Amino acid sequence: MTITQQVIQQLINGISLGSVYALIALGYTMVYGIIRLINFAHGEVFMIGAFVGYFAITVLGLPFIAAIIIAMVFCAILGMIVERLAYKPLRKAHRVAALMTAVGVSMFFQNAAIALKWIGASPKGFPRVIEVQRYHIMENVSITSDRLLTMGVALLLMFLLQFIVHKTLMGKAMRAVSLDKDTAQLMGINVDKTISFTFALGSALAAAAGVLFALNYGVVVYQMGLLPGLKAFVSAVLGGIGIIPGAMLGGMLIGIVEVSVSAAGYSMVRDAVAFTILILVLLVRPAGLFGKNVREKV
Amino acid sequence: MLKIENLHVYYGAIHAIKGVSLEVNEGEIVTLIGANGAGKTSILRTISGLERAKEGTVEYMSQNIGALPATEIVKMGISHVPEGRRVFTNLTVTENLELGAYLSKNKKANAASMKLVFEHFPRLHERRNQVSGTLSGGEQQMLAMGRALMSKPKLMMLDEPSMGLAPILVRQIFSIIEEIHKEGTTILLIEQNAHMALSIADKGYVLETGKIVIQGPAKELLESEDVRNAYLGGAAADAKC
Repeated sequence: MTITQQVIQQLINGISLGSVYALIALGYTMVYGIIRLINFAHGEVFMIGAFVGYFAITVLGLPFIAAIIIAMVFCAILGMIVERLAYKPLRKAHRVAALMTAVGVSMFFQNAAIALKWIGASPKGFPRVIEVQRYHIMENVSITSDRLLTMGVALLLMFLLQFIVHKTLMGKAMRAVSLDKDTAQLMGINVDKTISFTFALGSALAAAAGVLFALNYGVVVYQMGLLPGLKAFVSAVLGGIGIIPGAMLGGMLIGIVEVSVSAAGYSMVRDAVAFTILILVLLVRPAGLFGKNVREKV
Repeated sequence: MLKIENLHVYYGAIHAIKGVSLEVNEGEIVTLIGANGAGKTSILRTISGLERAKEGTVEYMSQNIGALPATEIVKMGISHVPEGRRVFTNLTVTENLELGAYLSKNKKANAASMKLVFEHFPRLHERRNQVSGTLSGGEQQMLAMGRALMSKPKLMMLDEPSMGLAPILVRQIFSIIEEIHKEGTTILLIEQNAHMALSIADKGYVLETGKIVIQGPAKELLESEDVRNAYLGGAAADAKC
């Protein structure tokens, strides 16, 4: 196996994993863009999405794509409820209050998952819903069907998101609200509804990511949202928090780096690498790759 | 059309508006002049529903609107061109205008409004696909006004449209305000450029530290000694005239 083949193979694997991170990172970045909150409960939405997908397949016997859609709808509603109950009352409070609440919501969901007897603390095997085939692209370079499906679904959703944000009136309203809430209201835009919609979109993407992740790793467990959630957060910061294309690129980069580190034989430290990147970004370029350095108004 | 009585507005402990009453009749251009920090912007923000009055009433078309949310007030036909233009700099000119008609689902009517806006502001048509953050100050002012027109307002409130603009642009903006007025929109205009504002207005109010100190027909204010000394630069204004 030549070096070039190695590199191409790891790029494919990295983009596949990275597209899952990118989907989660989009939720972080959109919510931050609109209410300047790092929603640390976002990883748990990802976990809940994975479980909804799991039950849709094992209990309801639905096909994989239907399971993804159900998980997305369920989490979209959940995301709106969480926003309404936990974050909306704190919108005018200090930002740290909302941040701590987000950490609290995250813990609440993890522990609630353990307490529910049909979820519990022990991992469950995610059913093999598609037959895993290996397609050879070139000599010594291949891709499996589950990874291909992951990338396909992720890319489709990102494309859809771009369409919603740029072409629909609601998407334009979202961008207006994220820039200037007062002036958005002067247009007649309902700011509360727009924020709800943003949570719904972000949570739906996290749910889809959860089901795809479970498919790839073959397991669902209550704490599965923790590390992917944090790595997606790193992705969002790397790309420039609040910037949608930044989250997509950041997710891909973190995925590629993580896979490459494992492939180079250092899989023990692959989680540490993501957080090292976070520290470096915050030290060297806190606005992220796509961000402009702006001084925050107080 | 719009009647404000004994309005009191606070920002925390600061008593910003101290019992202001004013009236705008349909078809008028009314101007509210005064120095920086006198409270002009607070009054507009309260009318729009962005601030709440602690005391007093805001009546529009014989209806108390003091407790309505901002989105309802837009729906009733009041549009507000905020201080500093506040265009959505991350959106294109066309997208800004589309948001101006956010509440109207009638696509045909919206397209017609946009055409009308482009007639008032041909420059905006030239720049329609440009991100509005790249426009000049004068163009952003035009966009802010065009965006406010998109909701087909009965009453248009403008907060310092001349701020930071070159004299030639100021004259252009003011003549467009007069055009909009002629087409049947009532205007409430806030200005630091008192001379310019009073010269197109029917009625003027002078605001000083949260209180109306002088009011009357615009012509009288233009000639009044007090107003001339305080806001029109006294003798310097004479030289200009």
